Amino acid sequence: MTEFRDLGPIDCDLHPPTPRMAELLPYLDPHWREVMLSRGIDGLELASYPPGSPLSARPEWRGPGGRPGGDLALIQREVLDRWGTRRAILNCLHGSMAMFSEDMAAALARAVNDWIASEWLDRDARLAASILVAARSPELAVAEIERRAEDARFVQVLLLAGSELPLGRRGHWPIYAAAERFSLPVGIHAGSAFHQPMTSVGWPSYVVEDYVSQATGFQHQLLSLIGEGVFTRFPRLKVVLIESGVTWLPGFLWRANKEWRALRPEVPWVDRSPIEIVREHVRLTLQPFDSPPDASALAAVIGQLGSDDLLLFSSDFPHWQWDGEDILPKALPEVLRSRIALDNPRQTYPRLGVRLGKECVS
Amino acid sequence: MTRHVVAPSAEIAPGSRKLVNVAGRSIGIFNLGGEFFALLNRCPHQGGSLCLGEQVGLVLSEEPGQYCYSRPREMLRCPWHGWEFDIRTGQSWCDPKRMRTKSYPVTVEPGEALVKGPYQADIFPVSIEADYVVIDL
Amino acid sequence: MSGAVLERSRTDAARLGMVDCDIHPMLRSERALFPYLARRWRDELETFGLRTRNPFVGSFAFPKATPALSRRDSWPPAGGPPGSDLSFMRAQYLDPYGIETGILQTLIPSGKDQRNPAFGAALCAALNDWQIAEWTEPEPRLKAAITIPAEDAEASVAEIERSAPKSDFVSIFLTTRTAEPLGRKRYWPIFAAAERTGLALGIHTGGSNGLPMTPGGWPSFYFEEHMANAFAMQPLLASLVLEGVFEAFPKLRVVLIEGGFAWAPALAWRLDKHWARMRPEVPHVRHPPSFYIRRQVWFATQPVEEPPDRADLRTLIDWIGWERLVFASDYPHWDMDDPQRAFKLALSDGETQAVFRDNARLAYRLP
Repeated sequence: MTEFRDLGPIDCDLHPPTPRMAELLPYLDPHWREVMLSRGIDGLELASYPPGSPLSARPEWRGPGGRPGGDLALIQREVLDRWGTRRAILNCLHGSMAMFSEDMAAALARAVNDWIASEWLDRDARLAASILVAARSPELAVAEIERRAEDARFVQVLLLAGSELPLGRRGHWPIYAAAERFSLPVGIHAGSAFHQPMTSVGWPSYVVEDYVSQATGFQHQLLSLIGEGVFTRFPRLKVVLIESGVTWLPGFLWRANKEWRALRPEVPWVDRSPIEIVREHVRLTLQPFDSPPDASALAAVIGQLGSDDLLLFSSDFPHWQWDGEDILPKALPEVLRSRIALDNPRQTYPRLGVRLGKECVS
Repeated sequence: MTRHVVAPSAEIAPGSRKLVNVAGRSIGIFNLGGEFFALLNRCPHQGGSLCLGEQVGLVLSEEPGQYCYSRPREMLRCPWHGWEFDIRTGQSWCDPKRMRTKSYPVTVEPGEALVKGPYQADIFPVSIEADYVVIDL
Repeated sequence: MSGAVLERSRTDAARLGMVDCDIHPMLRSERALFPYLARRWRDELETFGLRTRNPFVGSFAFPKATPALSRRDSWPPAGGPPGSDLSFMRAQYLDPYGIETGILQTLIPSGKDQRNPAFGAALCAALNDWQIAEWTEPEPRLKAAITIPAEDAEASVAEIERSAPKSDFVSIFLTTRTAEPLGRKRYWPIFAAAERTGLALGIHTGGSNGLPMTPGGWPSFYFEEHMANAFAMQPLLASLVLEGVFEAFPKLRVVLIEGGFAWAPALAWRLDKHWARMRPEVPHVRHPPSFYIRRQVWFATQPVEEPPDRADLRTLIDWIGWERLVFASDYPHWDMDDPQRAFKLALSDGETQAVFRDNARLAYRLP
């Protein structure tokens, strides 16, 4: 069996530390710099990931003061060098995605994107990143996508699973049009702007409860994207569900298929079954993989996904999703390992421009 | 294959339907603008009485927000789960190859021709003055 | 359809003694409740009507797929809405399918969801008396569930204690969408009363709490809402486990109704995985979440998920445990499951008896 690291995997989800305001100030224009300082605005880590929570960082993946993710050297040592990572996509979980003020959100998203480019992408050629946008304002979001699109190291548009409006709603479509135009998948990441309760039964009490409920949140958003006809309107669009847990997908699709057969006339633009739509348009990052306890059940779940194209390798660094060297779910079939590591990410993220030599083709 | 005379054609006006029992089978006869179709009255999904379902049009769409309505009353929605079936073929809209109800050939024949036989008409006498709906099964 | 279960004679079905955990009775009209309401609440009903967190007087916020959300063939010939005529229910459903026990779930109208809490409590009590007088007394095959004004625990406990002595009640009825996640302490007196009376807690998909249906707000279509409604089972179950409800009430029996069940294994795996990592946050949850689910939760089958490869359904039930599923039809609603044809899977006699009879007898402590 090929060592996983020898495949030169593409890591589709890892997190730099969330920048503090002092780090962003050089990337803000004078007005917004003054606003941040005079109003004392800081601490914009997303509350979906409390920094001290075990889930937010493995103990050895914390920097000074316990800061999740540490610095570039830590990422290089613990992920990029260790796993032979060919390319890695940084998803910066910054509060600009949850800001109510559209203008402040856009200013911060722009600053974070510039910070990522200068402090990370310029310093290690293996790194790529998602574009943060002000999701409440499709107009400003599109402007930021257009500004960033020239830089091929930005390979995706990032949105949160806990959004203000269901992500399929037509108001978001300018974002999807821009993403499609620039061959940028739309990445939907776990976490919430907390503009709505994370669940339809209210606000969970615990961090673990909140995190568990993210998987249900993904189900809602995927259903919205399907039902509103986003993939009919944007036939080349790819959506990546990041940190979704994965194993809920087969059961979701069985139900969705049954539902579609009954209620299709209400949404006649949904002209294929949800199973077909998801196979063509939706991808999921690997970690966390909510594994069944035994290998045969795991094989069965993988089979139920019904396609080898869906999963994208991710370390989810620094989130504590796996221990030791167990970066892949145990008993993953050999053929799937290389698809997950390379082929699927390469096809999902064309802007990475990864071409494979013969030795890498599975 | 046996020919069954199931009704005088005048009894099933355009746009209407009639449920008949033929050789132990419940079958729906539909008149779509003068053309007759016969479907087994049983949904292949969970066995609902398909031919009692609502007759609706077919709505399709090129893009979200657009509703292209056509073929009024030519689709049958199962009275249980609402799955749509094409009255002309018995095929479901969502899975036409695998999910379909049995469709039978139907003809309209003058009584004059029918009195010669062979045919089965258990319920009523055939008159040479009228036309009749005949299905083969 | 080949491989369908229970393609047997009616005699066999009768011998099996099938238990259906979800049958919906319906009022002929709101006035049918008058005999069970005090004058003050009759006036309330006539003057102001039913008021929930729903924008319309006479429609659901998301208009349903069919009139009265029911099968089109379930309208009683003698008049009245689907589910309102006992003799037609017998003729169309109970008799031909050989239902030995049918458990009523009185979904509409909802006392729990009334904006006027005192009226909601009165409505619950009236619905409970109506169920006994008009359904379970004339038809011994039917059993009932006590509707409660769940947001007011004190009033709920009073109603449980008033109604529980009537032996036709085998359950306490709740809907999924409560004002707060159901595991919260404000609801614990209800769980204590359930334990004390030995009644199962049946939690049915639905209800309204005014909260958006998704973590991204309100969807657009019934196509979404119908499924999204059932997704509420997932955070609900997570809440019950993680708040320690099963730890505090080890004898509580919970039946989750009309959520399907394909979601359950993945949720249990997810809960176990993240509970293990986050135990310091929930030290009161001493066992892995799946332990409590297997001990105290049953899943009513409808709507049965229909995987393209039917073998996947068997795998799925193996994961959940054949002892955890109880059959439910949802008669007369449009998305109901036919007892004889819903499972696209050949079941052994033992599996059939478990899912269609024995598990429910255990979950509801039926005689």
